[in-house]
Amino acid sequence: MSRILTFGAAINEAIYIAMKSDPSVILMGEDVAGGGNRDGDGIDEMGGVLGTTKGLVKHFPDRVLDTPISEMGLMGTGVGAAATGMRPIVELMFMDFLGTCLDPLLNQASKLRYMLGGKARIPLTVRTVSGAGMQAAAQHSQSLYWITTGIPGLKTVIPSNPADAKGLLLAAIRDDDPVIFCEPKLVLGSKGEVPEGDYEIPIGKANLVREGGDVTLIGFGGTVSICLKAAKQLAAEDGIEADVLDLRSLQPLDEEAILATLSRTGRVVIVDESTPRCSIATDIAALCVDRGFDFLEAPVKRVTAPHGPVPFSRPLEQAYIPSAASVIAAVRAQG
Amino acid sequence: MDLNRDQLLVAYRKMRTIRSFEEKLGELVAAGKMGGFMHLYTGEEAVAVGVCAHLSDDDIVTSTHRGHGHCIAKGVDVAGMMAELFGRATGICKGKGGSMHIADLDRGMLGANGIVGAGIPLATGAGLSAKLRRTGHVAVAFFGDGASNQGSFHESLNMAANWKLPVLYVVENNGFGEFTPTEFVIPVKDIAVRATSYGMKSLIADGMDFFDVFEKTDEALDHCRRGEGPVLLECKTYRFGGHFVGDPLVYRSKEEAEDWIQNHDPLDGFENHVIEAGLVDTDDLRRIDHEVREILEAAVTAAEAAPFPDLSELTTDVYGEATR
Repeated sequence: MSRILTFGAAINEAIYIAMKSDPSVILMGEDVAGGGNRDGDGIDEMGGVLGTTKGLVKHFPDRVLDTPISEMGLMGTGVGAAATGMRPIVELMFMDFLGTCLDPLLNQASKLRYMLGGKARIPLTVRTVSGAGMQAAAQHSQSLYWITTGIPGLKTVIPSNPADAKGLLLAAIRDDDPVIFCEPKLVLGSKGEVPEGDYEIPIGKANLVREGGDVTLIGFGGTVSICLKAAKQLAAEDGIEADVLDLRSLQPLDEEAILATLSRTGRVVIVDESTPRCSIATDIAALCVDRGFDFLEAPVKRVTAPHGPVPFSRPLEQAYIPSAASVIAAVRAQG
Repeated sequence: MDLNRDQLLVAYRKMRTIRSFEEKLGELVAAGKMGGFMHLYTGEEAVAVGVCAHLSDDDIVTSTHRGHGHCIAKGVDVAGMMAELFGRATGICKGKGGSMHIADLDRGMLGANGIVGAGIPLATGAGLSAKLRRTGHVAVAFFGDGASNQGSFHESLNMAANWKLPVLYVVENNGFGEFTPTEFVIPVKDIAVRATSYGMKSLIADGMDFFDVFEKTDEALDHCRRGEGPVLLECKTYRFGGHFVGDPLVYRSKEEAEDWIQNHDPLDGFENHVIEAGLVDTDDLRRIDHEVREILEAAVTAAEAAPFPDLSELTTDVYGEATR
């Protein structure tokens, strides 16, 4: 059975299931409970800046922890708790705040297992809202998954729809390695069919969401729906049928799924919401050339944001984010 | 809280092991037999041993780049440590950690840390874990005066005090943050006063005096274990050597260092106290000195003979199970 849920509601449900099934799971972060009086005097809690975690504190009053606005302290505390028997879900309100808490991820969570010769495990999940689309401007809109993807020892996943969000989050929480779970603003308000009950989507497996055969469009998170929209229009206007591959996981990366679709189509356009330098798009382009060169019938194309900050003004922000039109243009440019 | 003869001998053995271990490392580095950045704990032995005498394997400690002393005080095997510092497969971390990441979770030692102040939130998390799991255990963060200027220190103290976590924060104030005298960068005489901002209990101990550290830790941990929240314990100590092995020590006077080494050596102080009080015999201490030397010689011999890690180990332990 499934029902229609928002992306946020699917995340909330995943956390509920994880906390219900495992007493070592805790949720901590700024406003995750969000105040309120929990003794029933009618004052409601906020449940996070976007309300995603609302209601959880009522079910798990001892395990949903409002922290001070201390990203370094709360992230490091999450790592320490993960190393000593807990399975924390730490909410980093916006991915841009990575700058205030990078060390616990860069030098601690990601490296403890290795530095301790395999003795430590860090079952930490960091949920964080990423990307543009809410006019949140330059410091609340970045897609910084390319940073976490590039740090050995971390995993990074990014769902494109509510059902995947639930399954990937449950897998992330139960993973014994630190997982960065991105919640892209482009899909945060979206709705979709979400299965009931407890299920996991394996980390490291991509999902071929459309089979076409003429060209491969690779997206993840918020760019999957852009790819699907472009594919529909290409079919209608150009008679080009596109494969659309949803990566779901950036590290580990499903290289075989990428090469499998490329081997059928010979053409690939990678659509990435982040800036282009040192990006996932650039990384996958290198993979396609390195391991998929013999399949290529056209230049590898990347559609990304420009190398600049995310603007505030609505038309500028819209121009910043990859569009179906820019994806179509890239496909047409391949000849 | 009085210590019996056996407990005193254990404490002395640990302090002597730390001193001899560090002196041996100094020789090995000077002889070009050991690589990497090496920060020695010589002079600060009473702090690690005085604190860790109160801890079990299930109590977690986090440490610093100057972490060998905390490992030994916490009971980590010195042969495994020596092999680690030689980068051997038999090392306590399989040769992957080295001096600045030496650790042994089986002994509750979550690691030395190459990042100043980074262990403080980790210990805070271990304290949160202990509190939520109701284990009754405590977490101890060792760090230096320099780390008390990091945001991680202030953020952690605020969180721990707010949640009344069973965490003991031990600041080893050795008078220097790397090469810069503490008073050049900290406007208060006692780092302990920083606890006041967070409504936390604080104590100051003479870090050169094992018995004072032991007593103050007893009081502090009693507070933590009663559920009354964290404590900041400042131990005033002195780094006999430089910041690292090879430090030219141009930034402090020879007279100052000589005074500390001649008149405030924690091992001398311990020995004078226990002999004068008739608690142990000099012969017992000399026997321990001898045994420690032999154990360390054997550790060096074994480490030098041990194989380096297989190159296949380069990318193992990055992730669990089969993840690449």
